[in-house]
Amino acid sequence: MTLAQTALWALVALPAVAGGALVTAPSWAVRGRAAPAVGVGVAAVTSLLAVAVATMRPSVGVPFLAGSDLALEVDGLAAVVAPVVSVVATLALLGGAADVRESRRRFHGLMLVFTAAALLTVTATTLPTLLLAWEVMGATSYALIGFEWRERRRVASGLTAFLTTRAADLGLYVAAGAALAGGAGLGLADLSTAPPGWRDVLAAGVLVAALGKAAQLVLAFWLSRAMDGPAPVSALLHSAAMVAMGGYLLLRLDPLLLSTSWAGSATAWSGALTTVALGLVSVGQRDLKQLLAASTSAQLGFVVLAAGLGATTAGTAHLVAHAATKAALFLTAGAWLSALGTKALDGLRGAVGEWPLVRVAATVALLSLAGVPPLALWATKDLVLAAAFERSTVLGLVAVVGAGLSAAYAGVVLRVLWAPVGPDEAEPARELRGSEEKARGGVPRSLAGAIAVLATAAVLLGALAVPAVAQRVEEVVGGSLVEPGASGMAGSGVLSVLVIAVLWWRPVRRDGRWVGLVRTWGGVEHAVLHFVVRPTVLLAQSLDGIDRRISAGVVGVATAARRVASFTGTVDEQRIHGTVLAVAGAVRRAGRAARRPQTGQLHQYYVQAVALVAFGVVLLLVVR
Amino acid sequence: MLSLTVFLPLVAASLLLVPGVGPTAARWGWVLASALELVLVGVLWWRYETPPDRSLAFDEQVPWIPGVDSSYHVGLDGLSLPLVAMTAVVFLACAVYSVRDPDRPRSRAALFLALETVCLGVFAAADLILFFVFFDLSIVGMYVVIAGWGHGDRARSALQFFLYTFLGSLALLAGFIGLYLAADPHTFDMLELARQDPFAGGGTVAAAVLGAILLGLAVKTPTVPFHTWLPPAHTDAPAVGSAVLAGVLLKLGTYGFVRLGMVLLPEAWRAWAWVVLVVGLVSVLWGALVALAQKDLKRMIAYTSVNHMGYVVLAVGAAGVVSSGTTEARSIAVSGAVTQMVSHGLVTAALFLIAGVFLDRSGTYEIDRFGGLAGPAPRTTGLFAVAAFASLGLPALSGFVAEFQIFTGSIAAVPWSAVGLLGILVVSGVFLWTLARVFTGDLGPSSRGFTDVAGHELWAIAPLLVLSLAIGVAPRPLLDVVEPAARSVVGLLGG
Repeated sequence: MTLAQTALWALVALPAVAGGALVTAPSWAVRGRAAPAVGVGVAAVTSLLAVAVATMRPSVGVPFLAGSDLALEVDGLAAVVAPVVSVVATLALLGGAADVRESRRRFHGLMLVFTAAALLTVTATTLPTLLLAWEVMGATSYALIGFEWRERRRVASGLTAFLTTRAADLGLYVAAGAALAGGAGLGLADLSTAPPGWRDVLAAGVLVAALGKAAQLVLAFWLSRAMDGPAPVSALLHSAAMVAMGGYLLLRLDPLLLSTSWAGSATAWSGALTTVALGLVSVGQRDLKQLLAASTSAQLGFVVLAAGLGATTAGTAHLVAHAATKAALFLTAGAWLSALGTKALDGLRGAVGEWPLVRVAATVALLSLAGVPPLALWATKDLVLAAAFERSTVLGLVAVVGAGLSAAYAGVVLRVLWAPVGPDEAEPARELRGSEEKARGGVPRSLAGAIAVLATAAVLLGALAVPAVAQRVEEVVGGSLVEPGASGMAGSGVLSVLVIAVLWWRPVRRDGRWVGLVRTWGGVEHAVLHFVVRPTVLLAQSLDGIDRRISAGVVGVATAARRVASFTGTVDEQRIHGTVLAVAGAVRRAGRAARRPQTGQLHQYYVQAVALVAFGVVLLLVVR
Repeated sequence: MLSLTVFLPLVAASLLLVPGVGPTAARWGWVLASALELVLVGVLWWRYETPPDRSLAFDEQVPWIPGVDSSYHVGLDGLSLPLVAMTAVVFLACAVYSVRDPDRPRSRAALFLALETVCLGVFAAADLILFFVFFDLSIVGMYVVIAGWGHGDRARSALQFFLYTFLGSLALLAGFIGLYLAADPHTFDMLELARQDPFAGGGTVAAAVLGAILLGLAVKTPTVPFHTWLPPAHTDAPAVGSAVLAGVLLKLGTYGFVRLGMVLLPEAWRAWAWVVLVVGLVSVLWGALVALAQKDLKRMIAYTSVNHMGYVVLAVGAAGVVSSGTTEARSIAVSGAVTQMVSHGLVTAALFLIAGVFLDRSGTYEIDRFGGLAGPAPRTTGLFAVAAFASLGLPALSGFVAEFQIFTGSIAAVPWSAVGLLGILVVSGVFLWTLARVFTGDLGPSSRGFTDVAGHELWAIAPLLVLSLAIGVAPRPLLDVVEPAARSVVGLLGG
């Protein structure tokens, strides 16, 4: 095993083992600040390993199951994404070290295990490996969302997230069956060689699983519930990993999607429609984290759109730019929640100016999210839009609407950050503070630092607008690159600025009828509860009733057998035995009667003999 | 060597019954004997080499009832060795778990050790009469465990268990006699029967013999609709009894499906495989859904066992649906089935031992009486969480290795078996919902004063879960033993 291969194993094993050890360590073994130190330290070393393997590009594997290996490889795509995931993880843990003050071992341990799973997802080259990483991500995400387990709502949110994504994950099980049946084997690179038919099943399974994880279209609602987790959790899970991995999987399996007649366009349209639908949901939110969550789905929509078009470079660039931008914003939301005790947009108004560094960093990130030049998401979104327009004008126009909505939801928050607060607005805002949790009144320096680093990245990644940089990414990642052209880029920048300006002067009305629908994320969770969960529970209860009846039936058979036995017993005792006794009695009586003629007196014998002869004569006469 | 391994626990049991052995000596003697047994099994595993087709490793044969050509014949292959190992592990866990239990330790230790020999005997048996004797003795042993050490309505549950499974074993016996009569020359030897394949031509008699065997095994496994003895038996059995019942005794049924059904009656199996498949599918969904409706922790776990055994039945059914080009997929399904038997043995034993902690602390299994237990009992919470995730098939734990193989193999062979995937989803919901209700939120009435798992309980339960993790992360040591045997079984089915 070479050094590079060892590094690749360590990339996954180090955070996995360290995280597992942290979670299971007894409380006396890891005290006080030791857990955050281990967490951040291991994540930092993991980041170094990620950079190392990104340059050395090793691949490793050991036999695993179903004739397939547990195999990892750092190809161009993984070389870009793995460092991003691990660096964001480090910064989220750094922010979390200050933000999460209870159960630190559990927090840092679970975050490390999650990071390991995310890195394994990034580097997996076989379906079993991918599925292993994929579902461990889901399970750790469940545990992190329900981190504050005393509140059952949060635990239920974790459950909702886990079950929804797992329902979609079943697509990967079907895909594995199809891969085996089609004779393609379970290697990710070989899936597109499956014969038509099986290939379509494969693509469908992968698509469902990825759309579930990436919180696209109707499957987005779990992400709303996932906001019950601590903010640093969202900063990692809902920016750079987990949700992003849904998009990543589609980018990785592009050849499979494009080898079918329909999967590419289905993917592209799912993404494009998500940018619009979840964009609207985001604009209607009153809670900062909910707004950011919906915007995550919408932004992942651009990645999914790119994957459907085969625009791997654009998709990857957007994934990376979004990771930095959104991680900064989620950490900011967490910082304000701790400091002010609220994440309600109205409650933040007029109060966030107290921490200028955080406010400026958040503003930069929001401008990036809005697509304002020369920031990261402006550059990458234009790469996606260019690819969309090249495919079809309608698709491109839908994506432009999505882009406009990005500016809208970012604009809503920008206004909260900077617009002057009217006298009638100040009091309600004050009341909201401290309403969700106790206001601590300060933002830890490490947290502010992490936010600043991420916001800086959102600025620097604006370099992707330079054609030479984008082409360099294309060389690494592969896939086709459509240059957006200067007019397109200028146009999208102007659109973003215009939308922000309009919203500044004419803020979103919070009482419109449409707001009710979008605030509940289209009411999908409610519908699932009513039309899937409740009927299932009712079915379970009625089956339980039937089950009890079967059980009673079996016991009934046994009881009946006992009754038959006791009846047989009665028959045996009274009838049969009685008959036997009666026969015996009759025989005894007959015997006694037969003895009676034996008197021993001769004259009586003579009389008997005469009577017998007379009887014989009479009988003879009658018979003749 | 193998006979020594099989009978060592019985010898230990008889030593414990010598008058003068004190209660402490009995409890630790049980632990020691079980540990020694595990070492012996470890040596067997170490020395094991995959035997050629239609033969067994560690083969030992002594004439027994020559009149009907029945002999004491034992041996192991890739189907039975993992189950033998799992049995030794589960019984050791039970011994450790009971090390502080003052309830008639001498007779309990002797009984469980004897039961261990009986269970090992079933897996090692290569003769139908021997198999049947051990199979029936396991029912007797478990009857005594439930009736003697149980709680609640134990006499009734024990009787129900005994009568139901004993009736099942009679059907099995009828099937065995059918096999004996069909063989020429008549024999009860499994290897000889497999060589002869007396029912190669198929036909009504073959179907009847297979039907009798399947009926007997369906009761033991149990599959829907013959499963209703299981929940009451578990509810009223002691924790260690439940662990052995679910962990080991249910496997006698599923093991029989492969060892008796597929190997001895391949032709009939092929003809009727779709029935087995459907029964498995129904068990998967039925067990999962009914588990969702349970209010009693032990009944809930019992129904998830019906679901998990359903996966095994589903896989062996799919493996019998022969069509060209699916040999590889079908052997993956069989390998998954054997993995599931091992995995379920470890994980469900852990779950039932945890349930025993609940009864010990609070006297109840009622889920709604708990809540917020993660506060007073963090270690119990951790153990249950890991066991729950292992049971719902989370990757990196053994359940995934089993279920991934079962479903990829089955779906590739029979695409509509994908319906069973819904069982995975429902069971996930069952376990996570239970986890939420019992361990999170506000403290429930029975949660107050709940003391966390003690040392001996931790040392009984945690190793089971560590093994599950080991299989989940590095399944090769297990699969290297199982896969050749699975391929050989599927080879017998042809296609």
